[in-house]
Amino acid sequence: MAKFTYTKTQDTRSGFGAGLAELGRTNPDVVALCADLVGSLKMQDFINENPDRFFQVGIAEANMMGLAAGMTIGGKIPFTGTFANFSTGRVYDQIRQSIAYSGKNVKICASHAGLTLGEDGATHQILEDIGMMKMLPHMTVINPCDYNQTKAATLAIAEHDGPVYLRFGRPKVPIFTPEDQKFKIGKALHLIEGSDVTIFATGHLVWEAILAEEALEKEGISAEVINIHTIKPLDVEAILKSVAKTGCVVTAEEHQMNGGLGDSVAQTLALNHPAPLEMVAVNDSFGESGIPDELMKKYGIDAENIVKAAKRVIKRK
Amino acid sequence: MSKSNIEELERIASQVRRDIVRMVHGASSGHPGGSLGCADFLVALYFNAMNRKDGFDMDGKNEDLFFLSNGHISPVWYSVLARAGYFDVNELATFRKIDSRLQGHPATEEGLPGIRVASGSLGQGLSVACGAAQAKKLNKEDNLVFALMGDGELEEGQVWEAAMYAAHHKIDNLIATVDLNGQQIDGPTEEVMSLGDLRAKWEAFGWHVIESKGNDMDSLVASLEEARSLTGQGKPIMNLMHTEMGYGVDFMVGTHKWHGVAPNDEQLASALSQLEETLGDY
Repeated sequence: MAKFTYTKTQDTRSGFGAGLAELGRTNPDVVALCADLVGSLKMQDFINENPDRFFQVGIAEANMMGLAAGMTIGGKIPFTGTFANFSTGRVYDQIRQSIAYSGKNVKICASHAGLTLGEDGATHQILEDIGMMKMLPHMTVINPCDYNQTKAATLAIAEHDGPVYLRFGRPKVPIFTPEDQKFKIGKALHLIEGSDVTIFATGHLVWEAILAEEALEKEGISAEVINIHTIKPLDVEAILKSVAKTGCVVTAEEHQMNGGLGDSVAQTLALNHPAPLEMVAVNDSFGESGIPDELMKKYGIDAENIVKAAKRVIKRK
Repeated sequence: MSKSNIEELERIASQVRRDIVRMVHGASSGHPGGSLGCADFLVALYFNAMNRKDGFDMDGKNEDLFFLSNGHISPVWYSVLARAGYFDVNELATFRKIDSRLQGHPATEEGLPGIRVASGSLGQGLSVACGAAQAKKLNKEDNLVFALMGDGELEEGQVWEAAMYAAHHKIDNLIATVDLNGQQIDGPTEEVMSLGDLRAKWEAFGWHVIESKGNDMDSLVASLEEARSLTGQGKPIMNLMHTEMGYGVDFMVGTHKWHGVAPNDEQLASALSQLEETLGDY
């Protein structure tokens, strides 16, 4: 019997929108900024209920990051909204100097991350954002897996004092985590216990990891599945504990192999407990136009590829 | 403002200029030219124009705030902050040295009182100032936000994003100043990247524009009072401030060559002989 099931799919960006709307009702310090993508970021409910606390910036992301930094001076908690591409690479120096180095309490909320943005193609499919953001001192990097978790993460980051990068996506994906869950930044979630291999997955790839575990179980392979929703700070303890048991690792993410979750896990293993590792990630390539499922298959980041990686890594033990 | 008060500001500015050349000499690096040119402005701001609270807290509620976007002129800001009591003037001797709170460019990381955001990578300060000004409006405060940019800095596109935004959102509790010294690292701005008609540009962006003489304390104080009188009228205020880079030290005046070069021992002595020690050197 399947360990995780779902009855509904929803986009993670809607989880962000729901979380932001709730914050609008509960936390008077929360303000929101958007660079001409209100609909895409699902910010309309917040805007309708709190027009005085919303700031339309227009297509000017660099300015948006500086504005957000400035609004923290005076006690506001700004949430910026635009696509992940325009939330990171386009404004890296603004984030670096005005937000991260300055220790500002800005929440950089980034939608349409990764290949699953789909048809718009590689110009918009950023696969380097986690790497860029995790390299910045003071920055927290979070990549939740479904609607409920994204909503919970949105609420949690308002309580955290410091800059946060919150990454979510465009397509509708299964909702399989509990409604009204408590989100703990930096705490890995054990989804499935196993003994032969550990799959550490983040974002949309968590569901793929669950599908992979089912397939592996049918072949007599016991996989442990852990949701690493927080890439930085990484839950090193949970990683090492699981690897001590299973002895080998697969990482899975919608990101470049360079600089992603896999890199972080590899570093952790190399420094503490060397173990065979396979990375399911995009291998030094840009994406292209297509529908999400096709793209994930073509670029090797779906459940089938996790299964193959698990079999390879077990042989290397 | 009374003549004696103007003279007092000028005396402070003289000491600040001494601090600047001594700090840059002590570090064997730093940016004396723009710092000297803006000494009168920062003194006028901190000792006259701004309504400040005692002490320092990051939120800066219920007081006027200042943001230095052209962070490389940190020596003048550090000197003015120390002379205004934000920290001990003796700490100026640590400028640009290891374990100092006085980083080459202003930073919050080491907790130096008076600094609210890092700057140095150009073009970002006006955006931050706009955000802080809007936070003041949300907090129902009457206080103002001041910002200073270099003229070469206007070549950064983000400045114009912020310019557009400030007018659209009617940020009328913001007084931005551009240090028009006509110089940047590679030469005169007119040769490197001509800025055109800046009054027309800022007016076209929807700002109320005034011009001031940045090295004439009497006139400068009056201009800042004029700027304050224009707040609260639905438009951000731009103060185009004409200065001379290196003002106060004859061999540094009016040339980009002293943008980012430290004086040697002999040059320091020459500079100090031209600047009266009014408040005691650190």
